[in-house]
Amino acid sequence: MADASAARPSADLTPDEQAVIRPPLVLNQRKMGWIANYVSSIVEDKTPVWWWACLVPCLLLTGVLGFCIVYLISTGVGVWGNNHPVGWAWDITNFVFWIGIGHAGTLISAILFLTRQKWRTSINRAAEAMTLFAVICAAIYPGLHVGRVWMAWFLAPVPNANGIWQNFRSPLLWDVFAVSTYFTVSVLFWYTGLIPDLATLRDRAKTKIKKFFYGTLALGWRGGNRQWRHYEMAYLLLAGLSTPLVLSVHSVVSFDFATSVIPGWHTTIFPPYFVAGAIFGGFAMVLTIMIPACAIYKPLHDLVTVSHVDKMCKVIVFTGSIVGYAYIMELFMAWYSANPFEKAAFWYRAFGPFWWAYWSMMFCNVIAPQIFWFKYFRTHLVWVWIICQFPNMGMWYERFVIIATTLSRDFTPSAWAQFHPTWVDIWMFIGTFGLFFTLFLIFIRFLPMICMFEVKAVLPEADPHHGENHG
Amino acid sequence: MEGVGFNAYPLRTTAALRFRDGVAIRITGDTYPLARTQEARSMHGRDLFREGTLERYEDDPKFAGKMGMDGHIPPNISLYTHPELTSKEQWGMAVDLNTCMGCNACVVACQAENNVPVVGKEQVRKNRDMAWIRIDRYFAGEPEDPEMLAQPVMCQHCENAPCETVCPVNATVHSEDGLNLMAYNRCIGTRYCANNCPWKVRRFNYFDYNARPTTELYWGPLAKKGMADSLKMSKNPNVTVRMRGVMEKCTFCIQRIEEAKISRLVEAGPTDKNKVPVREFKVACQQACPSDSLVFGNINDPESRVARLRNGDRGYVMLKYLNTAPRVTYLARIKNPNPKIPGADQVGQANGAPHGAGHGEEPAEAHGAEAAQGRPAGHDEKTHSAEEVHH
Repeated sequence: MADASAARPSADLTPDEQAVIRPPLVLNQRKMGWIANYVSSIVEDKTPVWWWACLVPCLLLTGVLGFCIVYLISTGVGVWGNNHPVGWAWDITNFVFWIGIGHAGTLISAILFLTRQKWRTSINRAAEAMTLFAVICAAIYPGLHVGRVWMAWFLAPVPNANGIWQNFRSPLLWDVFAVSTYFTVSVLFWYTGLIPDLATLRDRAKTKIKKFFYGTLALGWRGGNRQWRHYEMAYLLLAGLSTPLVLSVHSVVSFDFATSVIPGWHTTIFPPYFVAGAIFGGFAMVLTIMIPACAIYKPLHDLVTVSHVDKMCKVIVFTGSIVGYAYIMELFMAWYSANPFEKAAFWYRAFGPFWWAYWSMMFCNVIAPQIFWFKYFRTHLVWVWIICQFPNMGMWYERFVIIATTLSRDFTPSAWAQFHPTWVDIWMFIGTFGLFFTLFLIFIRFLPMICMFEVKAVLPEADPHHGENHG
Repeated sequence: MEGVGFNAYPLRTTAALRFRDGVAIRITGDTYPLARTQEARSMHGRDLFREGTLERYEDDPKFAGKMGMDGHIPPNISLYTHPELTSKEQWGMAVDLNTCMGCNACVVACQAENNVPVVGKEQVRKNRDMAWIRIDRYFAGEPEDPEMLAQPVMCQHCENAPCETVCPVNATVHSEDGLNLMAYNRCIGTRYCANNCPWKVRRFNYFDYNARPTTELYWGPLAKKGMADSLKMSKNPNVTVRMRGVMEKCTFCIQRIEEAKISRLVEAGPTDKNKVPVREFKVACQQACPSDSLVFGNINDPESRVARLRNGDRGYVMLKYLNTAPRVTYLARIKNPNPKIPGADQVGQANGAPHGAGHGEEPAEAHGAEAAQGRPAGHDEKTHSAEEVHH
């Protein structure tokens, strides 16, 4: 199962073999026992001070989010800056921003699993957790942006006395199903992958409460042969289910815009462009939180190595270039279509009142990540972290440009108006970061951040053939 | 002054009834954000309002239907199936831009008839006015002496309505007599319909405008709840008073349509109702229009005035290339300036000179000229940014 070549001392290899040898996935010749001990110790040790120092402000911001939500629901959507041409603004911008971030986790866990990319094992757990938390942050917006939140259940195909069914032609309804399916499958996938590790924590637990907590979550896992067989099959099936979802969710989100008639939205390029952008932004966010986490738990650098970061940076520069291509293609099509409305829409994006958002987007998403062509910047973690902030910002600008700029000037000039965010817009957005990091902090404190049993399987010791030395 | 505006009346006393001297105007340096419903000045070359000179009309009476992109629309098909328009009456409207002078009487009449809430200056500044019919005002010609174009715009009741396909809960649907309906009780307020409306005529209740005072909209549940009795009495009992969080828009005065249809039933008694014509009635904006610019009626009846205007020479629909099949037809304005008056060459030229006969041969050039119009003129952009600073 493991990389055969990694098990053999390089001295035994022929020059040809040495040329193609893959670097080991776990550094410093860490043993299985060390992995289980160290990863579990993050959960088992006394709560560190830094954790409280981070959690308290994050909880406060979550409280601000809660306050804004209560104010929004009790007062009306007008507490945001949305107006008449701009019916969607920061609400849907933030929704698409967060749902985009929620793409990297499942991509790493499912697509890289199916394509047998073994480097995924040490990052998939945290990345998937991040996915779930991002989708939770995202789900707040479509749920609450509606005018009558208490009637949002009309979106569910529940038989009702009015005899009115949902409108299945509406992309917004597709969105509801796409996002809820994605969240459900991602939760199942994540939880299934957690079970063997939860059993490890249960077996190591010393207090009654912990035994009960992890024992319940481990669902009676004993690590028996049959259980592993079932587990592997379930995990494979869930990976198979998740893979199309990674591509479909953001495609469906893009349909909200692509199927409309509005110039700047009505574009067939949107689905692939949105998916690439989502992976781009998602990987940047994974690195944004993994690099500090590994800096705190330094020995994790043996598991999440520079080579991992390097590979993720390559994904970022690749998807960032796809996004850049899409931006340029949009401009080309606006010109080539000879449609004056289309031309005007893109003219206003680049040179209209929101020009700063457009050029910020261009710089952050297209130009800044190109620095990852240089190995130095892919392998020096401080640089990686700094450069990753550009995609994080740029992807927010992208959604803002697509949504608010487009709506503020479409077909009828008499209706044109600017959008100005209010303090509720701003604090709700900041508050979702509070919620996101609160959930992530709770995750690293109570669940194993690294998938222990999968990382063990990529150790040289896990390979019964010892790199074919047994012949 | 917040809320009520400014009062210059104290300047006019009994001592100086008609003229007052000794009054000076000086620049204070203060700024005051104006509350207005439209910021754009020009049509940005979009041929939404169409006009021509009498000469052009005589040259080609159907010139209005061929302007802009309308001459270039490929055969269009709709991806969606649409409800069948089975009713004998198919409602439509014609708006005569020749006679409309932009007096806003229709706007006020609609406000009164349809219980359209008054939202206050603060909300108008935030672009949240609720008017179901609005007068779009554009300027054309020389900036020193511009021509004003006034165009009433209400829900176009598109047969292939973009708003209907995007509503996730089926709150906006089509009736068999061609009305684009809003089911307020079903609406959850996603605002997707408004985003997808090319005319931007849909209005969202961002606050509980009918139940809370306009000065306390941001107070949420702490604001006074309920409407004064005097205000309640001003409401039309035949029209729903909408709550916050729902979308609303012009209904073509559906209460008047239904009233007429009900009285037809009464009239028909036991006989076949389809043999009895719906009695004459007017919608609120039409009733108030002093120049008879708005004509409402059954477009299915070729003898009706609306059908004749709709199919007449000057008729055109806005944004035809979108294939939404609007039920509102605009009638182009025809000008006949005395050539001796200054600036006569600018009159009737809001859409530019006709690009006429050479069109077939030289399409590329003609397109280029249109594309240039699609972009804002440098002048317009400048005035815009000045206004924004002022805000």
